[in-house]
This record gives sequence, C-alpha cells and structure tokens, in this order.
Amino acid sequence: MTELGWAGVLVAVAGGAVRVSTPYLFVSLGETLTEKSGRVNLGLEGTLVLGAMSAYGVAHLSGSPWLGVLVAGVAGAGFGLGHGAVCGLARVNDVAMGIALFLLGTGLAFYLGKPFIEPVAPRLPHLAFGAWSASPQVRAALDVSPLFVAGAVLAPVLRWALGNTKWGLVVRTVGDNSDAAKALGWPVSLVRTLATVAGGFLAGVGGSFLSLQYPGTWNEALSSGQGLMAIALVIFARWDPMACFYASLLFGGATALGPALQSVGVTTNYYLYGAAPYVLTLGLLVYSSSTRHTLVGAPSELTISR
Amino acid sequence: MTERPRLTRRQLLATAGGAVAAGVFSDLVSGQDAGAAVKPITAGFIYVGPRNDYGWNQAHAVAAKKIARLEGVKIVEQENVPETVEVEKVMEGMIQQDGARAVFATSFGYWPHVLKIARKYPDVLFPHIGALWKEGDPKNTIGYRGYMEEPHYLCGVAAGHMTKTGKIGFLGSKPLYFIFNNCNGFILGARSVNPKVTCQVVITGDWNNPVREAEVTGSLIDQGVDVIVANVDSAKVVVENSERRGIYTCGYHTDLSELAPRGFLTGAEWNWAAGGRFVQAWQTGGQYPNLLRGGFRQDMVAISPFGRAVPEDVRAKILKIRQGFADDSVKLYRGPLKDNEGNVVLKDGQVIANDDNKFKLAVNFLVEGAIGKTGLKK
Amino acid sequence: MTIRSSVETAAISTAAVLVALLLFGGFAAARGLDPLEVYRVLYVGAFGTWFAVQNTLTQAAPLMLTALCTAVPARAGLLVIGGEGALVIGGLATVLAGVPLAGAPAPLGIALLCAAGAVAGGLWVGAAGALRHWRGVNETISTLLLNYIAIAVLNHLITGPIRDFAQVLKPASWSLGEHLRIGDVPGTSVHWGLAFGVAACALLWVLMRRTTFGFAVDILGGNVRAARMAGLPVGAMVLVACFLGGAAAGLAGAVEVVAVHGFASSSLVVGYGYAGILVAFLARQNPLAIVFVSVLLGGISASGGLLQRRFGLPDAATLVLRGLLFVAVLASTTLYGRLRVFRRP
Repeated sequence: MTELGWAGVLVAVAGGAVRVSTPYLFVSLGETLTEKSGRVNLGLEGTLVLGAMSAYGVAHLSGSPWLGVLVAGVAGAGFGLGHGAVCGLARVNDVAMGIALFLLGTGLAFYLGKPFIEPVAPRLPHLAFGAWSASPQVRAALDVSPLFVAGAVLAPVLRWALGNTKWGLVVRTVGDNSDAAKALGWPVSLVRTLATVAGGFLAGVGGSFLSLQYPGTWNEALSSGQGLMAIALVIFARWDPMACFYASLLFGGATALGPALQSVGVTTNYYLYGAAPYVLTLGLLVYSSSTRHTLVGAPSELTISR
Repeated sequence: MTERPRLTRRQLLATAGGAVAAGVFSDLVSGQDAGAAVKPITAGFIYVGPRNDYGWNQAHAVAAKKIARLEGVKIVEQENVPETVEVEKVMEGMIQQDGARAVFATSFGYWPHVLKIARKYPDVLFPHIGALWKEGDPKNTIGYRGYMEEPHYLCGVAAGHMTKTGKIGFLGSKPLYFIFNNCNGFILGARSVNPKVTCQVVITGDWNNPVREAEVTGSLIDQGVDVIVANVDSAKVVVENSERRGIYTCGYHTDLSELAPRGFLTGAEWNWAAGGRFVQAWQTGGQYPNLLRGGFRQDMVAISPFGRAVPEDVRAKILKIRQGFADDSVKLYRGPLKDNEGNVVLKDGQVIANDDNKFKLAVNFLVEGAIGKTGLKK
Repeated sequence: MTIRSSVETAAISTAAVLVALLLFGGFAAARGLDPLEVYRVLYVGAFGTWFAVQNTLTQAAPLMLTALCTAVPARAGLLVIGGEGALVIGGLATVLAGVPLAGAPAPLGIALLCAAGAVAGGLWVGAAGALRHWRGVNETISTLLLNYIAIAVLNHLITGPIRDFAQVLKPASWSLGEHLRIGDVPGTSVHWGLAFGVAACALLWVLMRRTTFGFAVDILGGNVRAARMAGLPVGAMVLVACFLGGAAAGLAGAVEVVAVHGFASSSLVVGYGYAGILVAFLARQNPLAIVFVSVLLGGISASGGLLQRRFGLPDAATLVLRGLLFVAVLASTTLYGRLRVFRRP
C-alpha cells in the first residue's frame, strides 16, 4: 500500500463525509418531514439509538442485516407514533416530550441491548464504486453504503414531493397554517402524526447504519449525539431536504477531520478537533438565525421557530 | 489455527482459569491452613462499563466468574458505575445491603473513593486494579495490576514479522503512563525483529468512542499502516474494521481472535486471577500483599491464541520470548534506548528491571520509531 | 396557587407516577420477575434504611441544582437543556479560582470558589440567552451544543494546560488545597451539596414566586408580546433567567469539585445535567417541588444498584423508569382543567 500523506487527509475527509454522514442524513430528512407538518421531535436521538440496537439485535438473531434495517425502521416508526399520539393531546409540549422520548429511547435501547453488546452481527454489504481504482485508499473511500445511496436519492425525492404533490401540499399547509388546513377539512392531527411516524422510521433506519454498517457494532457509546445534531442541522438547512444532504456531508467531513489529522502526525488538541462538528453547528446557527424575520422555509406552526 | 484447543470463546470464558497458577505465589499469598473451615464470604464486583463489553470490563467479569467458583464464595456485581461519589455508595451498599466482605473496584479512577470507604470499613477487603497502594494507605486495601507492556512486546514481535509496509499503528484512549508503556512495548517488540519499523501513535481521547475509533483505524490504514493494536475499553470496533480492510490486528484485554479470523495475530490479555487468592486469604485470615505487580513471571498477564496468519517459526519465537519474561532473562527497557525526539533514555548497558514500578510509572516518552507525542510533562 | 389547583397538581402527578410504575412493573414481569417484589426492593433501596436514605439524598443533591438550570429559564418561556455543560464549566472555574485562592482562609475561600463556579455556569448559559435574544438562536439547540463544547474544553484543559501530571489515575486537573474542601454534613455520609441544593431551591422559589421580578418573568413566559407591551425589559430578563439557571448548575459543578473530587476530571460528566431536565419537568418548573422530585429520582438511582444486584436487571432499568416517568407526567399535563372534580363550581 502506498502512503498518501497529507493528500490522505483530503481522501479521509471526503471519504468520511460519505461514511459518517448517513445517520445525520436520515435523521435530518425525517425531522424535516416532521417539522414541515408543524411538529418538533427532539426524541430522534433516542430513536436513532433504539434503531441501532434493534437492527443489531435482529441482524444477530436472524442473520439478515436487511431485516435488521427494517425492524429498526419499524421501531422508530413506533416511537414516532407514540410521540405523535401524545403530542396530539391538548397542552402537551412537543419539545419536552421529545426530550422525554430521547431519555426513554436510549434507556430502552440500553436495557434491551445488553445481551447484544458482545455478539457479532452480519454487516450490510458495500457498493464498490471504487473498483476501477488501483489505489486501496480510493477503493476504501468509495466503498459506499447502500443506505447512503438510498438517502442521497431520498433527499431530492422528498424535496420534490413536498413541493409538487398533493401530499406535500397537505403537510406544508398543516405546518404553516393549521386553521386553513382545518377549514379545508384536512385532519391536522392525523397528518402530523403520520409525518412524525415517517420521521421516526427514517431515524430508526439511520440508527441501523451505525450498528450494521459503520462503525458496525452495538454498544452504549455508539451515538455521540448524532441524532441531536441532525435536528440542529435541519434548522440551518432551512427545512430543505437537499440542503440537509449537503449539511450532512459537511458534518461527516468535520467528524473525519480530527482522526485524519492525527494519523498524519498532528497529535495535539484532539479534543478540540473532536468538538469541530458542534462548534460548526453552533457557528452556522448563529450565522443563519435572525430575530428580525422568521427563517425562510420555517413552518410557522413550529414551536421551536417561534 | 490457534495454539490452544479449539474451543469457542464462550466455552473458554466458562471453563478457563479453573486452574490458577499458584506456585509462584505461595511466598506472597499463604491462605487456607489445612483443615481450617472455610467461612462463607460475599465478594462484590464494581465495573465502570458493561461487563460483556469484549474488553476491559469483561476481563474482570471473567475473573469474577472464576472467583465465584471458589469454595464458600458468593459474588454480587454492579456495572456502569461512574468514578464519583456514586461508587462510594455502591461499595457501602454492597457491604450494608448484601453483606459483602470483599469489594473489587475494577476501574482506575475508583482509587480515592476506595481509600475513603476502606478507612470506614476495616473488616472489608478492597482490592483495586491500579496497583497504587503505598505505605500509609489502609491495610485492608490491595493494589494489583499486570505489566501489560510485556504481552504488548510480544504483539510487537508478531507485528514486526508480519508488517509488509514497515508501518504499524497504536491507537490509545487516554494519555496515561500505562497506555504509553504498552505502546513502547509494542514498538520495542516490533523493532527487535525489524529495526526499520515505525509506529503511528494516535490518542482518541475517549475510553469508548466507536465512530472515532473506526475513523482513526481507516485513516491509519490509508497512511499505509498494516498492523494495529488498540488500547481502548473495547477493541472490538478496531479489530473488526481492520479485518474488513484486510490488515492485521492485535487484541487487548480479552481474547478477540474470533472477531478477525484472517488478520488476528495475537493479543495482550490480563490475568486477574490473583483476586481469588486475596479473597481466600481474607476468608481464612491468611497473608496477602498490599501491592502486587507482575508480568509473565508472576502470571498476571497472558497472550491470546495465535491467529492463523502467524507462521510457525514466529509463534515459536514469541513463545520463547514469553519464556524469557517468565524466567526474567528478557528485559523490556534496556539500553541503548532513545526516545522519538532523539534524547537518550538509557545508555548502552543500562537495564531496567521488569518489575521496576517506579520507572514505569514515570514513563512520559515514546521510544524511537514512534510517530506521535505523549503530551506528558518531561 | 389555590388549594384546589395544588390538589389537582398533586393528584394528577401522583396518578402519572403510578402509571409509570405500573408500566415498569410490566417490564419486570416480562423478565420473569415479580413486580411487587421489584417495587419492594425499589422502596428498600431508596428509603428503607438510614443508609438508603443517605444514598438517596447524596444522589438527589446535584439534581436539585441542575434542575434549576432548566426550571428558571422555563418560567421565562425558554427551554434550556444546558445543565450538563454549565456544571462542567462551573467545576472548571472552581479549579481555576483555586489558584489565586490557595492562601485564602477556609470559609471565605470556599464561598468564593462556589461563587466562581456559579458565575461561570451563569455566564455559559447566559450566553445562550443572549444568542436567543439578539440573534434568535434557538436556546434548546444552542445549550445542547454548548454541552458538547464544554466537555471538549474540559477534556482539552485536563489533558494539557491544567493537567496535574502527578495524577496517574486519569487525566485530571490540579487539586484544591485540603483546607478548601468541604466534607459531609456532620453525622451523615451526605456531602454539603445537599444543603446548597435545598438553599438554592428555596431562594429561587422566593425570587420567582414572591417578588416583582418573578411576576414579570411569568408574564414574559406567558407571552413575549404582552411583556413587551407592559414595558418589561425583555432582553435583560431573558439574560437574568438564563444566568440564574446556569449559576445553579455551575454551583453543582463547584460542589462536585469542592465536596467530592477536589479536582476536575471527566468524572464531572456523569449525566447530572440531563437528569436535571427530567426533574424540572416533573416538578413543573417549581423550585420547591424540585427538592421533592430530586429526592424521588435520587431514590430511583440509589435503588438501581440494588435492582441490579438482587434481580440482575440491567443498570439501564433506572433509565427506563425515568423515561416512563417523564413521558407519563408530560402526557398527564393534558388532564389539567379537564377533570370535573377540580373544576370551579
């Protein structure tokens, strides 16, 4: 294997953008859909962890990683249903409820996931886009997860569907002006609940990526807040699915930067590099927020944007 | 093929260690006067993480299981206990609520809390895995720990033989002296067979951070590294991801050979069985040491079964060096030795005894061949 | 608060707690355990003996302070979840303040150390309040990110700039002088943090419920526009509310350093901040109720160990119970004003 040196840092960051971004992508797409309907689900971190655990457990027991992905999605959808149903009740604060489900989701995942920390589960296969290259580094960087591809396809589809279909119109109207939606006879609460269920499904699938693809294990430190950051990411992606995609790539790259620098001998300040994604998010939020006008694209029924 | 009989790992966990090498210790631990009735005793085990983590905590849980099989011993266990006032309450809880008369504190940072509680309960024994006991500390506390740099040296020998690129990698969790001792052992071993080998040293900063560990592993491989050993709470992620990229790995804490059937070389393992002898000594009023450190000579460390990639001659060589540690003919730190900044650490002919704890506690350098910094004060 | 509404709160909250316990019993039963036996051990581990009570109070102490970090800004209509980060920053500031205060006489020195922790935590969360007011940055998200950033700052400092290299146990800062440490409340094994927690809750209860400032904050929490129309200094009030909340969590960090560790290390990051959010919501953001809810949750943590050792339940069982409690209590908020018994005649 030839060495790449500093060029390797670029390869690693670009590869990291693809490798690490998938959970961000799925959670942010799910949250975008949910928030477009006027509801916030801060519990997606819990859903992500629960999805990771259930995917790993099911893949280990059944031998089929794809079944694991499906079950992770279903578990996430179940949590979304719970969130949607409880938040549909009068006077229940959806932000607080999200935090509650974050705690419950991680708690359940740790509780049920104990027996799966040690065993090995089959991993999802890779798509070898780099087979043409002679460089093993490039080949490794281009071993792309099918889930990443699915997410990359889903982003423009979701954008198109929100903008151009009847379903999209219903979701957006419910999220922007629930009184108008009611006047049109649309079931506001049901639409929001369904959007939350769909969002939960996607977050669960995002979790399955962590346990079945990369880093491809289950333990209690698996997620270091990816689900929470993905929610922050939705805000500065201005509720645009394509922007979520680009922002997810940026985050993946930021996560890969520290390890890549360390492996070429930059050995100090690693905690500060590790904080790069968080500082980046905060900086982008400060930059993109404003008190004077509501954010472009923000659903006006959203508690978090008021 | 592995060196030991082909058992599955689970069987190994369940059966290993019934026979604990006792001979070497008879001078240190004399328990069980013949004919004395064995008093029943409850021993508590406190873990800092999940006890099936395929790593640090599992190594202790395996020892706990062995100790539970001793005559008259019952164990209670609690996991995920943080290094705060909470561990004090857990120790007291085990003593007051479960009647424990021995409490094993299996995380390094528990030590100040152990000292505090041990003074309050002089009739309870507190073995701690840090080997930090010093004169003046309570007599009912024990510090014990294996010299893991010795098995790391053997891993290094394997790595030095197997590397094709001449670049190996060491992934550490926290910048602590024992991590750097292990790292030095690994590099010294590798350079003893191939003096041109260099080793990338990367500290992740966390005991357990799967995404970063996977990223570091990938980056090291991209830089041409083809043997990695990881000193994190559980090396599972690193070993599995290395296997997927088709490079060699060495294990840490427990036997990880099953995770990488193609690329696993060997691994550095603890042998915490001494804990059983402490319990027996406490049970019977026998003698026990307050401070116990040791390597292969004291049977406190081990290596994992060889992976099938390791050729016969390399295995033989490694086993011979292991024998050298056991009979003290091989010394890990010996002159001439330079650190990786060119400073002379040991002059030609200068030799550090393998159980020179003072020297090892003060290790704040990386040996020649390492690419990286300790960040420790010189 | 009328008696009627107090009774309503008590009744609904109790019902929610019972529902959560019932669901938890289901979890236990699914593992083949007798739920009644599990409840009994829960009680014994939390309150059954003098040791259990002291254990519970020790666990409760930091929660009181971190809960205030969410509860005080909540009255101004903000959802702050930055207790974890403010605690860390408070602990760091305490250690740093220990340098100039090394020669200070004990009572004064300790008071100043705690003040340093509180001020640092207050500024940390206050910054999120400022971003909220002047840049419109959502405070929930920003305080969450600040938690991660605070932990990174802690880790960075204790592995380099303020590291005590003589500490081989783990990366840790230098230690405070022995005379600047406070121990346990005499006659108990509960550290003084408990007294700090109770005092802070009482003080903030008076401030929020018995002063003009508290009344004004409530107006702000009810409706920003109404507060502006009433001519209230909205910006300053947001800042003060965030500062007070952050100061409480910062004090929790100071207590961890002064009473428990004597130094700053990753042991400051054990989830007290996140548990505090739960306490604040269960207490419906009422500082006095926080004292009692903290004791309740401290009891759950205290008995979690016994559940592990007696039944082999995973440690996460306490997390599940906490999560169920949180969900049940939040869902129960929909019942307020709906139950006929509590309606005005």
